[in-house]
Amino acid sequence: MSIPVIELDDVTKVYPLPAGDVTALSGISIRIDEGEFVAIMGPSGSGKSTLLNQIGCLDRPTSGDLSLAGKNTREMGDRELTNLRLSSIGYIFQKFNLIPLLSAYENVEYPYIMKHRKNDDTGRVRNLLARVGIDESLSAHKPPELSGGQQQRVAIARALVNDPAILLCDEPTGNLDSQTSLQIMEILADLHRRGRTLVMVTHNPETAAYADRTITIRDGRIA
Amino acid sequence: MIKNDIIFALSVRSVRLHFLRSVLAALGIVIGVVAIASIGMMGANMTLSVTEQLSDMANKLTVTPYTGGGGGMMMGGGGGGRVVIGSGSSSDDDDVITEKQFKTIQRIVAKYGTAYTVRSESDRIEVGSDTGRATIYGLDPDIMREILTVEEGEYPKSTTSVAVGPTLAERLNLKIGSKLKIGDPDEGSTTTVRVVGILEERGMSMDLSTDMAIVGSDKLFVGIYGGEGEYDQVNVVVNDINNADVVKTAIEDELNRKEDTVTVQDSSRMMESITSSLSTMTTFVMAIAAISLLVAAVSIFNVMMMSVNERVREIGILRSIGTQRTEILRMFIYEAGILGLVGAIIGAVMSIIIGYIVVVGMVGTAEYFFAAGSISYVPMAMAVGAAICIVTGVYPAWRASNLDPIEALRAE
Repeated sequence: MSIPVIELDDVTKVYPLPAGDVTALSGISIRIDEGEFVAIMGPSGSGKSTLLNQIGCLDRPTSGDLSLAGKNTREMGDRELTNLRLSSIGYIFQKFNLIPLLSAYENVEYPYIMKHRKNDDTGRVRNLLARVGIDESLSAHKPPELSGGQQQRVAIARALVNDPAILLCDEPTGNLDSQTSLQIMEILADLHRRGRTLVMVTHNPETAAYADRTITIRDGRIA
Repeated sequence: MIKNDIIFALSVRSVRLHFLRSVLAALGIVIGVVAIASIGMMGANMTLSVTEQLSDMANKLTVTPYTGGGGGMMMGGGGGGRVVIGSGSSSDDDDVITEKQFKTIQRIVAKYGTAYTVRSESDRIEVGSDTGRATIYGLDPDIMREILTVEEGEYPKSTTSVAVGPTLAERLNLKIGSKLKIGDPDEGSTTTVRVVGILEERGMSMDLSTDMAIVGSDKLFVGIYGGEGEYDQVNVVVNDINNADVVKTAIEDELNRKEDTVTVQDSSRMMESITSSLSTMTTFVMAIAAISLLVAAVSIFNVMMMSVNERVREIGILRSIGTQRTEILRMFIYEAGILGLVGAIIGAVMSIIIGYIVVVGMVGTAEYFFAAGSISYVPMAMAVGAAICIVTGVYPAWRASNLDPIEALRAE
């Protein structure tokens, strides 16, 4: 049996609050194999975003183990986790989260520079932008000058620039109209067809329908 | 490295995005750098110019009667050598240099240079309806020609003619031919003399201070105050500056063998004391100027905190897509550094301009402006300004780098 790309083993996340501890995730065990497209569904406050943050190494589980590509993240320090986010994980957010000071092109190039310590001279950034439908003149614009759909396309290109093992999408169509949502989902579905592993949080069943498998979370547990 | 450094590019863009705010913050640094540099340069120029003036007379020694007080600094050139009560000519016998002592000094000095006697007295003077006090010097007419320069008129020769210092002449509106009365009519006779010459400005000096004085022949002086064969001061001019110490020691050894009868002063003590008080003053004023840098530091701190708070979300994005803490730290330190460096560079240029104006205005000469001791205040102030900026930027940068990515992403 091959090594899963993502493996959660009895993951629990507790937020200590003055009014008492809040358990956001409780005993979650998930296994996701290479090339899978998994949708995580659940109502607001169910813990699905918290779960995605654990997988995305933005947060650490209170207990339990998270392994990415066979490597346990429990003993990793901030520096190693940051490197993992840079090289192995591509993040696509509901609010696009592009850097306003950088042009579309530079936004895509940024993780490349962070990883390779040099500007992209392979044409990869340009190709990725073309693949998501952003032409050269658009790529010179700053994010606030682009439409929501265009921004999300740029964000997808950025997530892919370091060729990550995992693509994490947090409500990728949440801020887009239905027409644009369709286009974005087509891009994600195409990436899946080409063998990319995708984990997507959504509360929209239509969007979830693109996935191979749906995991539903309710009150911090797998329902 | 910097060319391809996207972190640096982000800092530059953030500064440019908030251009006005950044300019104002940098302006604080500009003011601080200008204040410190120009005040420092002014102090250095004052010290350099005074030192130069004083070393011009390093070959001069003054011998004054020992007064028991250790012969402190007497910038008055012995103007108060006698303890004068009223305007009487009687004086304490201990407080003069006798003819015999003068002969001894002359004998010692003969090999190295020349010595001459100075008589001086402070007295009431009257010009028309104006009255005042001035020092009256009595000098040998030949010596007078050697050591003083007349700017207008001629040297006084007779016992009724005098030359006056330029400051006194201006204050009492004295011209060639003016008459003035020396002495207090309530306490005895007055002597009327005629001004025949106005002396050239001599500035601060320890041998003779003639700018505010009346200079006459020794005969005139003795005629008014008496004291034949008694002098207030003996000035020695040494030909070779290196012999000043030898002469000083020789005079002291000879005349103070049994008990202290004279005080021999050279200009080094005076120079030390003046430069040390100048440097104390400069340091003090510079400390006040440094407060302006402190204010600038607070404003930079404020701008940096605003920048961090405004960019919390951006920091969250950068962290979530794989930017290290140290890189976030670097980004904000760069930002503070840019403000500091730009402020310091503009400040340096301006402090050269403003410093020059201040120095010319306060010191009167820009002769020493580009001397190492003066101009070095510019890079020094620059370094202090830029360093303060970077130090102030550390805390905001540290705060930015330690933000929790998830919390930061949630910020609006």
